[in-house]
Amino acid sequence: MKIGVLALQGDFAEHQSVLEYLGAEVVQVRLPVHLAGLNGLIIPGGESTTMGKLAEAFGLMQPLRQFGREHAIWGTCAGAILLAKEVGRDQPLLGLMDITIERNAFGRQVDSFEVDLSVPALLEVDPVDRPYHTVFIRAPIIESVGKGVEILAALEDGRIVAARQGHLLATSFHPELTGDVRFHRYFMELSK
Amino acid sequence: MEQKVGSFEVKKGLAQMLKGGVIMDVVNVEHAKIAEDAGACAVMALERVPADIRADGGVARMSDPDMILKIMDAVTIPVMAKCRIGHFVEAQILESIGVDYIDESEVLTPADEAHHIYKHNFKVPFVCGCRNLGEALRRIGEGAAMIRTKGEAGTGDVVEAVRHARTVLGDIRRLQNMPEEEVMAYSKEIGAPFEVVMETRKLGRLPVVNFAAGGIATPADAALMMQLGVDGVFVGSGIFKSGDPARRATAIVKATTHYNDPKILAEVSRNLGEAMVGRQISVMPEEEKIATRGW
Repeated sequence: MKIGVLALQGDFAEHQSVLEYLGAEVVQVRLPVHLAGLNGLIIPGGESTTMGKLAEAFGLMQPLRQFGREHAIWGTCAGAILLAKEVGRDQPLLGLMDITIERNAFGRQVDSFEVDLSVPALLEVDPVDRPYHTVFIRAPIIESVGKGVEILAALEDGRIVAARQGHLLATSFHPELTGDVRFHRYFMELSK
Repeated sequence: MEQKVGSFEVKKGLAQMLKGGVIMDVVNVEHAKIAEDAGACAVMALERVPADIRADGGVARMSDPDMILKIMDAVTIPVMAKCRIGHFVEAQILESIGVDYIDESEVLTPADEAHHIYKHNFKVPFVCGCRNLGEALRRIGEGAAMIRTKGEAGTGDVVEAVRHARTVLGDIRRLQNMPEEEVMAYSKEIGAPFEVVMETRKLGRLPVVNFAAGGIATPADAALMMQLGVDGVFVGSGIFKSGDPARRATAIVKATTHYNDPKILAEVSRNLGEAMVGRQISVMPEEEKIATRGW
């Protein structure tokens, strides 16, 4: 299986090492030509404005939208922002997922946190039910989801932090940082 | 589902989100917006860029919190600010106004000539400068969640940035090739905590993100540092002391992403106007160098 990681900016190397550990062939995507032959693509954590501007400058926005119509894409944090239809401010977005995002929803860096979440969908890749440890860094939340979007995880107060729409996946947190590979396995199943 | 704030994972994690990006020095809201529009992954809010601190002389301190707060209001990207080496009260003030990262920086006049801040006591993460592996690992031992090689700030001369990056990366290669019974003596020699030295040896890299800083003035400089193996770059005086800051800032961002593609590097390097004038470090008197600050 060949999975791309958008390598414009952010923690793409962290995603790459998890994917390689799981046996995927990984391609760093910086230009439209790098999308050829991929089964799926991860848009990593980082700064969504930086990635959006670079994607526009190097002609990646349309090719990424086209790719997302046929293939799996997973956005973590900044990547989830790029996948959204609406983020309440003017910045380049792919608009592939019917979700509204609020950026920096928890405040500034001093408010960043770790927490254990329940993610029942992960039972599809691992039958042992246990919490999923997550890291939220200047994280966005998914304010609302449209029809056809499944909520995969929420905080105790009900705020949505993971959602799936067909082969598209968005998480507010960073499974690439915590060493629990279940989310990456879940995404590789979506990419098949 | 108990939430844990201010953990080392979370502090180190923000630096991981900055990787592959450019952090730009800005002195006002207008600069901050230019930097954000150019694609900076964070800004460093300070009253004077290093080139001006050099030119003005005198004591350089933490910036006015009001000026930092205005920049925090103006942009959505992370905002960093500098405190003096060892000045933990400046750090407490910066933490209380909510900056995203504190740079305990040799660019400001040191407040303590023997000790750095004990950074584990803070919820806000710190970045610190280094010239070699020992210095980097001492800072990590004190709680730094990000490292930058120092270079020589405010000169526009990349030579020290190259020297420091090569030294750190070379020291790590040496450490990796060493039999483990030699690591304790090596830790003693470089003055670094043994556990952090062992972890670095196992990882084959610093345990936290490592950016380059000090003297980067062109897209080619940024790409050079990236090819040498750093995770991203700080650009201080190089942008806003140049002829066309917006254009140069955008070009440096593009060069940091496409650091391995000479065709794109050539394209983004065209027609950038005047680079900052700069000062050649090899003819600079020793007492004017600031990279030697730090213990």
